[in-house]
Amino acid sequence: MMLEIKNLHASVEGNEILKGIDLAVGAGEVHAIMGPNGSGKSTLARVLAGQEAYEVTGGQVLLNGQDLLEMDPEVRAREGVFMAFQYPVEIPGVSNTYFLKAALNAVRKHRGLKEMDALEFLTLVRQKMKLVQMDESLLTRPVNEGFSGGEKKRNEIFHMAVLEPTLAVLDETDSGLDIDALRIVADGVNALRSKDRAFVVITHYQRLLNYIVPDRVHVLVDGRIVRSGGKELALELEEKGYTWIEQEVRSKTGNAGAAVAAVGA
Amino acid sequence: MQTETQTIEEFARQDYKFGFITDVEQDLVPPGLSEDVVRLISAKKEEPEWLLEWRLKAYRHWLKMEEPKWANIHYPAIDYQSIVYYAAPKERKGPKSLDEVDPEILATYAKLGIPLREQEMLAGVAVDAVFDSVSVATTFKGKLAEMGIIFSSFSEAVKHHPDLVRQYLGTVVPYSDNFFATLNSAVFSDGSFVYIPKGVRCPMELSTYFRINAKNSGQFERTLIVADEGAYVSYLEGCTAPMRDENQLHAAVVELVALEKAQIKYSTVQNWYPGDANGKGGIYNFVTKRGKCDGAGSKISWTQVETGSAITWKYPSVILKGDDSVGEFYSVALTKGYQQADTGTKMIHIGKSTRSTIVSKGISAGHGQNTYRGAVRILKGADNARNFSQCDSMLIGEDCGAHTFPYIDVQNPLARMEHEATTSKIGEDQIFYCNQRGISTEDAVSMIVNGFCKEVFRELPMEFAVEAQKLLAVNLEGSVG
Repeated sequence: MMLEIKNLHASVEGNEILKGIDLAVGAGEVHAIMGPNGSGKSTLARVLAGQEAYEVTGGQVLLNGQDLLEMDPEVRAREGVFMAFQYPVEIPGVSNTYFLKAALNAVRKHRGLKEMDALEFLTLVRQKMKLVQMDESLLTRPVNEGFSGGEKKRNEIFHMAVLEPTLAVLDETDSGLDIDALRIVADGVNALRSKDRAFVVITHYQRLLNYIVPDRVHVLVDGRIVRSGGKELALELEEKGYTWIEQEVRSKTGNAGAAVAAVGA
Repeated sequence: MQTETQTIEEFARQDYKFGFITDVEQDLVPPGLSEDVVRLISAKKEEPEWLLEWRLKAYRHWLKMEEPKWANIHYPAIDYQSIVYYAAPKERKGPKSLDEVDPEILATYAKLGIPLREQEMLAGVAVDAVFDSVSVATTFKGKLAEMGIIFSSFSEAVKHHPDLVRQYLGTVVPYSDNFFATLNSAVFSDGSFVYIPKGVRCPMELSTYFRINAKNSGQFERTLIVADEGAYVSYLEGCTAPMRDENQLHAAVVELVALEKAQIKYSTVQNWYPGDANGKGGIYNFVTKRGKCDGAGSKISWTQVETGSAITWKYPSVILKGDDSVGEFYSVALTKGYQQADTGTKMIHIGKSTRSTIVSKGISAGHGQNTYRGAVRILKGADNARNFSQCDSMLIGEDCGAHTFPYIDVQNPLARMEHEATTSKIGEDQIFYCNQRGISTEDAVSMIVNGFCKEVFRELPMEFAVEAQKLLAVNLEGSVG
């Protein structure tokens, strides 16, 4: 398994958000994580990326057998974990290319590869830009500064294309995208699918999964994966809504019902 | 896993990397200041009578002056009688080439990453190296001389071009100007002198590396740069200093004179010892820098990157006397640990259609206190004068401070003034975003800070810009490049 999550618990400011997640993602697979607002989807992404505010209180995460939770966020990135941010951060004064070159060379250095010079890097960048139909002007502009919502998301996929991660976590990459932008982003992701790379696609809506077709779909409710299935599970959810699955969970677990209802409200 | 805030605080505590003392025999005048000491300095330097008189006038005036207290800086009283006012390396028969320079001194430069030989051959930079108080090496002199350019130590200029020195010395910063400048006028040891003749464009960046080295020796540099009509020169000043226990006073004076249509670009990268983690032992940098755009259409541009010193008190200014003259000030000041900086500029608009631009970037980390103090004065006759000022502050951590004091005095109704100011913090979300792309927190901070300073760095000559970025990086993070 490329990614193994075992009984993962995590809290934010003392509130437990993840309450025992188990998930295994093999190389080459695309797993979708769906769920209602507040179910813990984004928390899972941030815990995987190592954001400080998210405290792991139990469980284990292995990336190719290595303990991911022991690593600093930059080391995880260099080991091949990439997260496409739901809200990409603006960094004024730092050009997108400069930033990305620093990132790529940090990754390459970690892997014992020679750092790329400006010319090699530019060649690579031009090739990768085509994947997401990026406007060249976005290269020289400061990272995400003044980018439209769609440009920011495309830029995330562009970063991913350049950094070539082994595990890519897409955190609600579809949010705020119109249908054309959604297609461009999805095409970019599909072009990057390979047998050596795994994707965890986090989304609220089934819509994205029309374009990025997952191998597995998991439904997250109140910090737990309550159901897993094939791509047809997403369609079922689309049709019946999250309340259907929440009710089902409630009838099964009884005493957890109050919490689920609160999340669903 | 280390928290980001902790890491940032660690940068702020980063040790000074250039702390070492070179063991060179020194020729010292005993500590203390008196008329005799002034005479002794002048005599040691074999100066003409008029210069001695000028020094003495300054000294007598200084006795009546009081140390200024208005700046936003705090330090224990300075005992001016415990300062050594003159120190020169003993072995000093003006070397003709680098081969004649004391190997110890060359080794010091090597440690600082200033390969003189390489610079001479590769970089096209003529270096007038000031080691303590006497110039020990001057390069490219021959080439410059062919064009009529004078680039020498101040003492040499006094010997070989006394009329020029006499004509311009004190015309921009008079001997009576302020406490520290007056002290300098009385006891200045050496410095650089540059004269660019009419219509000549100096073909290379002129560069001086200062380094304070003798124990307890206050350093009193004096630099005078004159660009005659239509001339152009770009001058670089950069420095680092060894680690010290006692505070060292540095009171330099720089005077620039630009005649009609002349241009002077003066760039500084300053990295003096800032003191230990508790702020003890750093350099006090009380400098008077001023330029006069004397002729119509002249231009003076100051660019500074201030990363060192325990205390910086410095306001490179421009007097815009000639019509259509231009003054510029671009500044990056970094304070960390317990450093204090009160720096900025003065733009005095006298001539018609004079223009000035001020871009100041203050970065505070640790317990650093950063003050921008700027004055823009537009006098009655300065029709259509324009000024644009931008003062940005960046805070790193919770214990530092940024202060802005812009003084504006407009006496002409046709003047146009703009002032912009921002304050920002490096956000944890920015750091995390960088981390998530594989960039370490150190590199992220340095990258964001460099981005913040870009508008100033691009005013620096190429090699200097690289050096400045490196300096900021060294000051904010781990490795010396």
